[in-house]
Order: sequence, then structure tokens, then C-alpha cells
Amino acid sequence: MSVREFDVSVLRDTVEEMCGRLACQLPGDIRRAVEQTLEREDGLTAREVLEDLLLNYDIAAKDHIPICQDTGMIVAFLDVGLDVHFTGDPYEAIHEGVRRGYSKHLLRMSVVKDPLRRVNTGDNTPAMVTTRLIPGDRVAVTLLAKGFGSENMSRLAMLVPADGEEGVRRFVIDTVAHAGPNACPPFVVGIGIGGTFDQVALAAKRALARPLTESNPDAYYAEMERSLFEEINRLGVGPQGFGGRGTALGVAIEVLPTHIAGLPVAVNINCHVARHYREVL
Amino acid sequence: MARQGKTIRLEAPFSEEKARELKSGDRVLLRGTVYTLRDAGHKRLVELLKRGEEPPFPIKDAVLYYVGPSPAKAGRPLGSAGPTTSYRMDPYTPYLIQRGLRGMIGKGRRGVDVIDSMKQHGAVYFAAIGGAGALISETIRAAEIVAWEDLGTEALRRLTVVDMPVTVVVDTEGRNLYEEGPAAWLSEHHD
Ligand code: SF4
Repeated sequence: MSVREFDVSVLRDTVEEMCGRLACQLPGDIRRAVEQTLEREDGLTAREVLEDLLLNYDIAAKDHIPICQDTGMIVAFLDVGLDVHFTGDPYEAIHEGVRRGYSKHLLRMSVVKDPLRRVNTGDNTPAMVTTRLIPGDRVAVTLLAKGFGSENMSRLAMLVPADGEEGVRRFVIDTVAHAGPNACPPFVVGIGIGGTFDQVALAAKRALARPLTESNPDAYYAEMERSLFEEINRLGVGPQGFGGRGTALGVAIEVLPTHIAGLPVAVNINCHVARHYREVL
Repeated sequence: MARQGKTIRLEAPFSEEKARELKSGDRVLLRGTVYTLRDAGHKRLVELLKRGEEPPFPIKDAVLYYVGPSPAKAGRPLGSAGPTTSYRMDPYTPYLIQRGLRGMIGKGRRGVDVIDSMKQHGAVYFAAIGGAGALISETIRAAEIVAWEDLGTEALRRLTVVDMPVTVVVDTEGRNLYEEGPAAWLSEHHD
């Protein structure tokens, strides 16, 4: 197998373009889920909110202004083919793409350099990048522009094996109910189960990157996604927390093997502005 | 049905008397002047008041909007401008309500101390739709920085709004749509 030379400027330009698209154009799967939520909703207040959300997505796309003023922090999943050789630094290319994209598309700079001293970096960098090696000669980049109203309502628990599926479900439901009106419902709920303390959170984030049109490939977890979705939509939180059926747009679960003594679970909440795009280069 | 409220047109700033007419669940189209302030600005405002200095805007009867807008395009006063989560402002809010603050626009739950002081002094908490910043931006006709320009998106701005859509979440009696809305839905859908 020959090695593919890959000029990182391609990655940089792709990220730049994607940043503008993330901010201003809601992905089709999320929009359809909001439309379906509206179809199922019977309360006047809830319906008015959902109609306003749809109108907002239209205005944002038409005028190319951000759907939400919190244009988020960029989370990047970079999958690199083993036969790729980068010309240049791919990490710096991603950051440069973010820098250019956020300034060009007039997005809000929401990143501070240090969590305690809190000085804004002024260009929304760095992105939070996770790299994975895959077979082949392709480079795939998945970006999320993650808002923090919903990130702040996310939680992680180290359950014990005896807690089982029931314990996981209870933790998910509690987390969503607690997020309630603070995290801009209706939500996409990303769940990681298993792995270690660090990896379970990443699994929950990966779950948010999966299109809502796909379920977990394992029928057991696909069924759990479906039943959690139903259960969450019986909480009554509703759009914006004003009451209604539409609390979740979707539930996605990613699982990992884990230790005999543990049952880690992470719930990463995403608001209805669930911005995710993927490009294969 | 889940909504008992009606749609009301309201001019900001407004009096305590007007505030006491608003009821949890009412949909309000707000016009007039509102001031933007979020985390860092709240800290500065309260510190300044505690030093006994004059505030940069009249607090009595004022309405604050918790927002950190995205940059404006040419020809527009502001970019996307939806609400940020309000609870982060809770530590400062009772102090401002005691000084006459009449209304707050944000999203998400408020603490007990905030709600107690709202009841006592006759203040109202509105929600704007979180994640509808483009729609809300269209109702903002003018924006000017009043103070703390160094805070960037967090600077204190005076906004002129026309028919900005908000919902009364907590009224002056302490009734709370975030509790009553879901409870009403649940009682109508006990399936
Ligand atoms: S949680 Fe989402 S919709 Fe709400 S303000 Fe943040 S980014 Fe916007």
C-alpha cells in the first residue's frame, strides 16, 4: 500500500468552512426531529416555542447569522488513515481553520485560555481534538460546535455493576430532569456506558456526533435508546421547560468494555442547536 | 390546555404596578429599552454599587437581558442574541432587585433568594427562547455600548427592542412556569 501525501491546508480550509456551516445551518437530522416533535405536541405554548425554533433556523440560514449566539467550542474527532502522511501539522491546521472560520463568519469567541484565570483567546481556539487511527488513506473530520448551557448540565457517575441497566436509566433520567429548562430543551442526549472514567465521557460525546437517523448497531442498545427516548418524553419538561412532550429530540448510546468492578456512565446533554457535521477527505 | 397566559404588549422600563399585573405563563411582546449584562458585568456593577458609586444606567424599573451577542454584520445593530442561562447571575440579583431592578430576561431556573426578593419588591423574570438568537436579533433595532467595552460580548449595552417575544416564567407572586407548565402537562397526559 502506498502512502498518501496529505497537505494539511485541505483540512484547515475544510474546518474553516464547516465552522460557518455549523453556526448558521442546523443539520437536517436535527431539524427533522424538531419538526416531528412539533407534530406530536398538543399544547399551545409548546407548539409556539417549536414554531419559533423552526423560524429561527430559517432566518439563520437565510441571513447567514448564527442560530444561537453561543457558537460553542469546537470538538473535533479526527480519524486518520494509517496510509496517510501529513505535510504539516494537522492539529495546527484544525486550530487555524477554527481561527479563520470564527472570524470570517462573525461568530462569538467563547474560549478562555485558562480555566481559572479566564482570559479569552480571542479566536475561539483551541479546538478539543481527539484522534483515532483507522485503516486506509482517508482523513475524516467530525466537528461539533458545543454550547455550554447544555454542556454545564452534563454529568458522569461511577456506578457499580449491581446498579445494572436500571441504575443507568435512573441516572440518565435524573440528569435530563435536572438539566430541564437550563439547557435549552428539546435535547439530544448522548450517553456513554462502560470504559474508564476518561473514556466514558468521550463515548458520550461521540454519541452526540452520531446522526439521529442512526441507532446503536446492537439491538439491545437500540431498544434502550428507544425506550429512554419515550421515558424522557414523559417527563413533561417540554420545549424550553414550559411543559410539553418534546423534551428529547433523540437519544444515542455508545458503549465500551469495562472492568469487572465498575459501571461508568456519562450523560452529555446537547441543546436543540445540536451542531454536528462530518467530512471525509 | 397547558397555557393559561395571554399575549401582552409591554413597554420597558416599567413600574412595580405594571409588574404586578403580569402572570406566569403570559406571553409578552416587549418594546423600549433593555440593558444587556451577564457574568462579568454583574460582578462589576455590584462592586461599583457597593463602593457607593453611580451606576452607568438607571437601575430603577430597568429590565436586564442576560445575553452575550455574536458580532454584528454590517448594517445590523447586533448579531445573534438569545438568552444565556440565568442562574449564574443569582448571587448578584437580589442586591439589584433591592435597588429597583424590575425585570430580567434569561433562560433556566432561578434560586430561592432571587424569587423571594422578586416577590418582596415586585420584579418579574422572563424567558426568551434559548437557541433562537437569529429570531430575537430581528427585534433589536438599536444597540449601543454604555460601559465596560473591554468585556467584549459581555459589555453593558443599551438595546432598543420592538416586539421582542418573551414569556413570564416567575411572576411577582412567585408562581413559576418551569414548575406549573410541566405539572399541567403531566396531569393532562397521565397515560
Ligand atoms: S445551550 Fe445551546 S441553544 Fe442554549 S444558549 Fe447554549 S448553545 Fe444556545
